[in-house]
Amino acid sequence: MWIYKKMLQHPIRIEKPDLKIAKFLITQYGGPDGELSAALRYLNQRYSMPNKQAKALLTDIGTEELGHLEMIATMVHKLTKGATPQQMIAAGLGGHYADHEKALYYVDANGNPWTATYIQAKGDAIADLVEDIAAEEKARATYENLINMTDDPGLIDALKFLREREVVHSQRFREALYLVREHTKGGRYYPEIQETKDIFTNTTNITPDDVLD
Amino acid sequence: MQHAQMEKAYALLRRCMELEFAAVEIRLYLDTHPFDQRAQCDFKRVTYQCMLLKPQVEQYFGPLENFSFSQENPSRWVEELWPWELVY
Repeated sequence: MWIYKKMLQHPIRIEKPDLKIAKFLITQYGGPDGELSAALRYLNQRYSMPNKQAKALLTDIGTEELGHLEMIATMVHKLTKGATPQQMIAAGLGGHYADHEKALYYVDANGNPWTATYIQAKGDAIADLVEDIAAEEKARATYENLINMTDDPGLIDALKFLREREVVHSQRFREALYLVREHTKGGRYYPEIQETKDIFTNTTNITPDDVLD
Repeated sequence: MQHAQMEKAYALLRRCMELEFAAVEIRLYLDTHPFDQRAQCDFKRVTYQCMLLKPQVEQYFGPLENFSFSQENPSRWVEELWPWELVY
């Protein structure tokens, strides 16, 4: 169950329409490292997490990402407000106008529609949390690219805020990864880890603990 | 709304957004450090302030959640502006 809050997580102040940056910004709405991918990835992975902290974290970060999705939507909506079809064509958004008028749609910066192949759920907490850390770093890098492409102070403020959130999420996921490793050390939740341990100790001097920590 | 009243309304809304954000941020920290007493204390303080402030904000903007905190007229959920329409 989710309850909608009638407020943004961070205020969006857009001074003037800018179709060119809107075309690129939309990738954080429906692109591979965008907020939709993030929300759906985390809210879906939480069911197979073995420990309490990871379940809580994926629920809360997944929910926050929905709030970020709304921030991106608000930015794109304000940046495209009042644009004419001719202005859309000039900004490289002619294809978008033909298919969606000025409606928002889940696409990347080149107009490719969102696909579930952007995200994974492996049922293995370590594999999933490593993916989540990588996803946060890719989103951070995307925000840095977008900041480099605009000089609108209001837009830069919002993009900097979102970039900072990716940094915090990455840190929290790293902590969750550590906690999952600690939790699964006894092999209680992952009996296969015990088998792996045998393979390690029988063939080399390196133990899984050396590799993991 | 009059200009002065509007300034006050937006200031209250922004304060509410700040407190909500602080709560989200501390919540994430508590997810991986559930027994950190300082963070628990901060979390309770921030969520309490939030709870006190919301009815004031709702006087100006109508219900902030679909089941509201205050006893604002439910029709204002439909009548008032949405977050992407406000000028912060």
